[in-house]
Formats: sequence, C-alpha cells, structure tokens
Amino acid sequence: MTLELLQVIKPSGESVAKMEPEIPKDELRRLYHVMVLTRNLDTRGLQLQRQGRIGFYIGCLGQEAAHIGSVYALKPEDWVFPAYREVGAMLLRGITLNQLLDHYFANSEDVQKGRQLTNLFGVKTANYVTGSAPIATQIPQAVGAALAAKIRGDPIVTLTYFGDGATSENDFHTGMNFAGVYKTPIVFFCLNNHWAISLPVERQTASETIAIKAQAYGFEGIRVDGNDILAVYRTTKDAVEKARKGGGPTLIEAVTYRMGPHSSSDDPKRYRTEQELEEWQKRDPLARFRKYLERKGMWSEADEKKTQDETNREIDEAVQHAEKLPKPALETLFTDVYAEMPWNLEEQLRELREEKRQGGCDN
Amino acid sequence: MTVLNVVQAVNHALREEMTRNDKVVILGEDVGIDGGVFRATEGLYQEFGPNRVIDTPLAESGIIGVSIGMALYGLRPVPEIQFMDFIYPGFDQIQSELAKFRYRSGGQYTTPVVIRTPYGGGIKGSHYHSQSTEAFFTHTPGLKVVIPATPYDAKGLLTSAMRDPDPILFLEPKKIYRTVRGEVPNDEYTVPIGKANIAREGNDVVVFAYGAMLHVALEAAELAAAKGINVEVVDIRTLAPFDIETIINSVKKTGRVIILHEACKTCGFGAEIAAQIAERCILNLKAPILRVAGFDVPFPYVLEDEYMPNAPRVLAAVEKVYNF
Repeated sequence: MTLELLQVIKPSGESVAKMEPEIPKDELRRLYHVMVLTRNLDTRGLQLQRQGRIGFYIGCLGQEAAHIGSVYALKPEDWVFPAYREVGAMLLRGITLNQLLDHYFANSEDVQKGRQLTNLFGVKTANYVTGSAPIATQIPQAVGAALAAKIRGDPIVTLTYFGDGATSENDFHTGMNFAGVYKTPIVFFCLNNHWAISLPVERQTASETIAIKAQAYGFEGIRVDGNDILAVYRTTKDAVEKARKGGGPTLIEAVTYRMGPHSSSDDPKRYRTEQELEEWQKRDPLARFRKYLERKGMWSEADEKKTQDETNREIDEAVQHAEKLPKPALETLFTDVYAEMPWNLEEQLRELREEKRQGGCDN
Repeated sequence: MTVLNVVQAVNHALREEMTRNDKVVILGEDVGIDGGVFRATEGLYQEFGPNRVIDTPLAESGIIGVSIGMALYGLRPVPEIQFMDFIYPGFDQIQSELAKFRYRSGGQYTTPVVIRTPYGGGIKGSHYHSQSTEAFFTHTPGLKVVIPATPYDAKGLLTSAMRDPDPILFLEPKKIYRTVRGEVPNDEYTVPIGKANIAREGNDVVVFAYGAMLHVALEAAELAAAKGINVEVVDIRTLAPFDIETIINSVKKTGRVIILHEACKTCGFGAEIAAQIAERCILNLKAPILRVAGFDVPFPYVLEDEYMPNAPRVLAAVEKVYNF
C-alpha cells in the first residue's frame, strides 16, 4: 500500500474512470481556475521580488495540484496548519487576493501588520493558522487543535502541510506519535517535492517512502501522485472522512516537485540538473488537469484565454492597491507582543517616537 | 484559611480553576493517574477524568506544541514539564511559537498556555533536576515568567495565570514545595501578575530575590537585624514583565542593593535588575550593587550546599555594602 502511487489522471490527460471522484463540472472548472490564479500569482510574486518591490518571495510552482486538491477535501469549519508553499490553499479557503498582496507588500492593511515574510500567512476567519519559518513546528500544534476538537466533541478535522525535509524534524515524529496515541482527527499532508533547499529526499531519509513512516505510529500512510489533482482530492477526502468518523489520523505523501527555487534567495542550478527539472515539467499539474478537462469537453482555448486574462487582471488590481498603501504604523512594532503593553514596551515606544520626532519624521 | 504547603497550594489552584472553567485542561508526563511526580495534580484525574487531565507520551516539544494547538482552538491548557531541566526539547515551541503567535498573526491568534514546571536546586537532584534557567525565558518577548515563593502566592498567582490572556511560564521552586507552609484562603482570590511584594520592610539595604531564595533573604535579614542592619526584602514574583516601580522605590529608600538568585551569575536575571537600577537611579546608590548568585558552573551534585546561596553568604554581602 505505502509503495503504490495512486493516480487518477494519466500524464496524457486520460483518466481511470472507476477512480474519478464525483465533482460537478462547475467545481472542476473552479479548481482549474484557482490553479491558474495560483500559478500566475506565484509568477508575479517572484517578479515583484526581482523588481525590488517586495522583500522576499517563497513559491509553490509545480505543487498546485497537491495543495489545492487536498484543501478542497475540507469543510470550512475544518482547520489548516500550513507550511508556506500552499498559496492555492489560501485562495481556496477564501483568503482574498487583496489580503495576500497587502501581506506581500507588508502594508498598513496587512492583517499581520507587516510582521512576517511572504507566504507565512494566516487568516483566522478562514481557519487557516498563521505559519512560521521553523520547520515542522505546526505539526504538534495541528494535533493539539484536533485533540481539543475531539475533547469538545466538535466534528472537525485538522490538516497540516509540511515538506519532505520536515520529516527529519523531531516535531514531525512527536506529532505523529501523539496523534497515533490519541487517535486524533487529523490528516498529515506531506508535500514531497524532492528538495529541501539543496538536499534531495534521499538525504533526508533512508525509508523507501515517507508514507511508510505512518506504520511505526500505528496508522495508515498513503502515497499519491501529487501532480494529479483528482487523485490528491480523492485520497484526502477519504482520509478526512475517516478522521471525522473517529477513525484517527492518516499520513498522505503527495509526490510532487519544487519546480522553482527554494525562495527568492536561492539558485537551484547549484545543486540539481536542468534535465531533472525538464522531466518534471513534462508532468506539470496544470497542463495535466487542463488536458483532462479538455478531453471531457469542459474546457476550451477561449476559456483558457479568459481565465489567464482575468486572473492576471485581478492580480494587477490587487498589486496596484497594495503598493500604494503606507507601512504599518510605528506603534505596531510594539503592539500584540502581549494583550496589554507592559511598561518596558511603552517606554521603548516613547523613546522611538522621540527619536523619530527629533529626526524630523512624523510617523 | 487553611495551612498548606506550596505544592498543595498549586493543587488547590488547579482544582478550583478547573471547577470554574471547563476549558482548563492539564497535560503532561505522569500527571494523570499518578498525580505527577511531585503530586501537584494529585486527585485531579480522578475528579475531572481523562479528557481534562491527560497523560502524555514522553516528549516535551509534543506537550508544548499540542498545548499551543489546544489554546488556538480555544481551550486553556496547563501543561506540566516534569522538571525545568527537561524543557529544552520544547524550547523551540516556546520561543518560536508560543511566544510569537499573537504578534506574528497581527493579534488574530492567541495562545494562553500556562506551562508549570518545578525548577531550582536544594533537593540533591544533581545537574538534571536542579537548574534555574529563567533567564533564557525572560529574554523571550511575548512570554511572561512568574515565580511564587509562598503558598499564598502560589495559589493566587497560578489562578491569575490561568485567566491571563498571554502565555506564561510558571516556575515552581521545588526546594520549598513541602518545606514552606502558610495560610491560604479557602475562597477564590488572585495575586496580580507584574507586581513585586515587599516581604520585609527595611531602610539600610534591599535584597531582591524570588523563588526559594526569598526565604534565604529573609533568614539573612534576621541575622542582619541582630547586627543592627535593617534589611528590606523584595520578592520579585513576576520576572517578565517585572515591577520596575517597586524595585526603584526600594533602591531610593535604602541606597544599597543585593540581588539574590540561585541561577548562574553571568547574564542571570540579576544582571537586568542591576542594569535597570544603573540606568534609572545610579546616583541614589551608596555602594556598588552586589549579586549573590549561583556560580557559573553546571549544577553540582555532592557539592550542592557549597553552590547554593545561603544566609551567611547573603549576610556577608549585606555587611559589605552596609560598611562600604
């Protein structure tokens, strides 16, 4: 089971009919739309960084099917504990382009008040928890939220994203272990994109697969073609339903590929070959899903052009709006450290205001 | 009023708050059926059941990480780390996650977790059951650090902590878990976080202390009184954010300062108090500030009595600044 790679759509766009999940046509089209929006936003994000308009970018190029297909299996009341390569999951959870671009530009409208690097983002109303840069720390937290829901008798599931590199961290093993012991309603979703910055997955683990690690913690691990959105959705939906019915956790290993750099600060040519990238470009998750839709008569060249234009225009508008806004107010350097500002922070804020006043700034 | 020791006071605070607020849950190693290795959670599993008092696998980062997730979901977790010496696997979760959630999310997500852990020497526990590393945590914005020194404060401060909107490290001085007893109200009460307590009034010298060292300071003050030196003793109680006003007032009143803690001297919490005094009222000083602290060595075993600050050592420092 853990060595198999579950697939619904073949690279040609043909599908295995008995495996196809039941998704209405409009919803299939919407999923593809979100994939395109994600791809275009991701491309724009890296461009904005290269142009010096935002400070940093970390992308999800090539991983769109894996995170969009999986998050689609959740209900709105379920919780997501992300890593940082899941832009499409944010969009599908209802986080808006304006919210994202305000965050990218770290401006006065950013709900996180300009305090986090790009794509370390969360919005409470979307049940999408603010992530962090330390790897795998969100995993035991997702277990904790699932345990809390179980204790309270709430029929919700938590899903946490992480990469292959994260499976080397203590918190991955600790989280998996706690979840196994308490049988919490959780899905561990590993985006195995083959690279943790410069290290290939073979240098993270000697296990034959990542999915197989679930066995040691007493629950099921499944491998799925992470570039096949329908296979990802089907697998995740089964795991989510199992969790909701009290069947406990599942580890899903979505086999995909990081087609871009680790971040805007990285040059992958230093450690991997062009040939390897080209091989994976042939398995592009967007191209595959588009071929599937076209074969079913659900998508046309005109649809494609319209979607590309629409999504790029929406991104343009959000960029223009976000770029005009000022930085967050000076006091946001000191607010939200505690519920109420203690004396030492008040004093430091006063000193900084005085420094700014004397320097002729009126922020 | 009932006469309780410190660990009983902790137990009472937990029981009463769990009764009042069904969102309070306890988790940790051996906290359930066993009632904790120091018996701080004794009887709670039996009273509140396995959904409120949760025995966990042996993994501190898991205990704290899971607590964070529970708090995000809306519960009020009170995890126990069996000894402060074992907290470090969870340090990443405390430092990078627990203390940062409110800030990094722009105030959207909060993590009101109270981590209880016994700390400090005095039980012949050797290196791995004796350390006082509060300074690691007072250097962490977003975290509050609270240390009671009496049964009254243990119950009152822990009750406040369990109602506080911010994450709190609640350090319990295990040396005095059973040796210090005192009257504790049976009724509900709180002791405010962020306020020091003048445990003894005096005019000549002030000793700042916390945890088990409060009692060493009080003993030294008695010895000094016999020599005609009138010592004020201030129990810091909350290290982050600490009560600067009470500290500065006592410095201005006495002009002579001793800072006492069992943690290693270099970069210990006493260094921060000394620096604050230097910045704010150095001209009120009649003598150099002295620290009586643990040595800059790993915590010893057989030579523990030599390591731990004691009343004669504090008295010597008091006399030194008095006669400066």
